[in-house]
Amino acid sequence: MLITCPYCGPRDVIEFTYQGDGNRERPQPASQDLDAWNAYVYDRLNPAGDHNEIWQHSGGCRAHLRVVRNTITHEILSTAFARGGHKSTENRAEGRS
Amino acid sequence: MAEPHLPERQSPLEPEHHPGSHGNFEHGVDVILSETRAGSILQLAAWPGEEKRLIEIIRKVTGLALPDGAGGGVNSGARAVFGFAPGKFTVVDEAEGLAQAFAGSITPAIGTLTDLSHGRTAIRIAGPKAEWVMAKFFAIDFALPAFPLGAGRSTNHHDIFAQIQRSGADQFDIYVFRSFARSFWKALCHASEEVGYEVQ
Ligand SMILES: [Zn+2]
Repeated sequence: MLITCPYCGPRDVIEFTYQGDGNRERPQPASQDLDAWNAYVYDRLNPAGDHNEIWQHSGGCRAHLRVVRNTITHEILSTAFARGGHKSTENRAEGRS
Repeated sequence: MAEPHLPERQSPLEPEHHPGSHGNFEHGVDVILSETRAGSILQLAAWPGEEKRLIEIIRKVTGLALPDGAGGGVNSGARAVFGFAPGKFTVVDEAEGLAQAFAGSITPAIGTLTDLSHGRTAIRIAGPKAEWVMAKFFAIDFALPAFPLGAGRSTNHHDIFAQIQRSGADQFDIYVFRSFARSFWKALCHASEEVGYEVQ
């Protein structure tokens, strides 16, 4: 599996670290909304298909990336710097808002 | 500014550094291995939006103009600079004291300077089989069109981080952690045996 880092170009997956589901939305630190915290910690879409993910190019430029990966085929559909998160992107996996 | 009083640096390769020809060299040596022993190895980082100001400071202090683009770099022989991450650059001088030359110019609003002169070891591999030997270690494209002269790459070897600059058409400078340098050097020597190598 190759992931194309926006800085380094195509690299083997061994250089990257999975940082988790990119659909999670962390509540404000002071939030008392237990349902929101529960959703952040436990709720996952677990799609069979396109999935928003956060990866770090830990064995390269060390940038955090937002990646759309197909969980069936492992095809990487898009990569971009993670600044701003999945919410801000046009590359977001369809139907997973 | 007064010159810093740094202890004289010992090579971490010393016990495994054996000048001469080794391996399968009956038909000539196809790579030459050496330690460049750069006096200054700095890591410069710009805050987001400050990259152009930092690149200009690097140009003023070193005389080296960074080309546009990710991983771009230039190597003049005595000095070298290359991008290794977004807004981050490795700057190298064969002389000590480059950190002092930058003092005052990289303000906290622009970014940071980290002096890694005692923390990194620079190993050079040169020769017609340099690409071949490097490809055994690092899963990146070493062909000249994909990895142009002066360019830098951040990658790793067995989970150990390395920065690589192409300092010649068939020459690479590899920056590794000093604490891993001897181990990497030994591995590099073993990998070079089949092509015949000379240690300088
Ligand atoms: Zn990268």
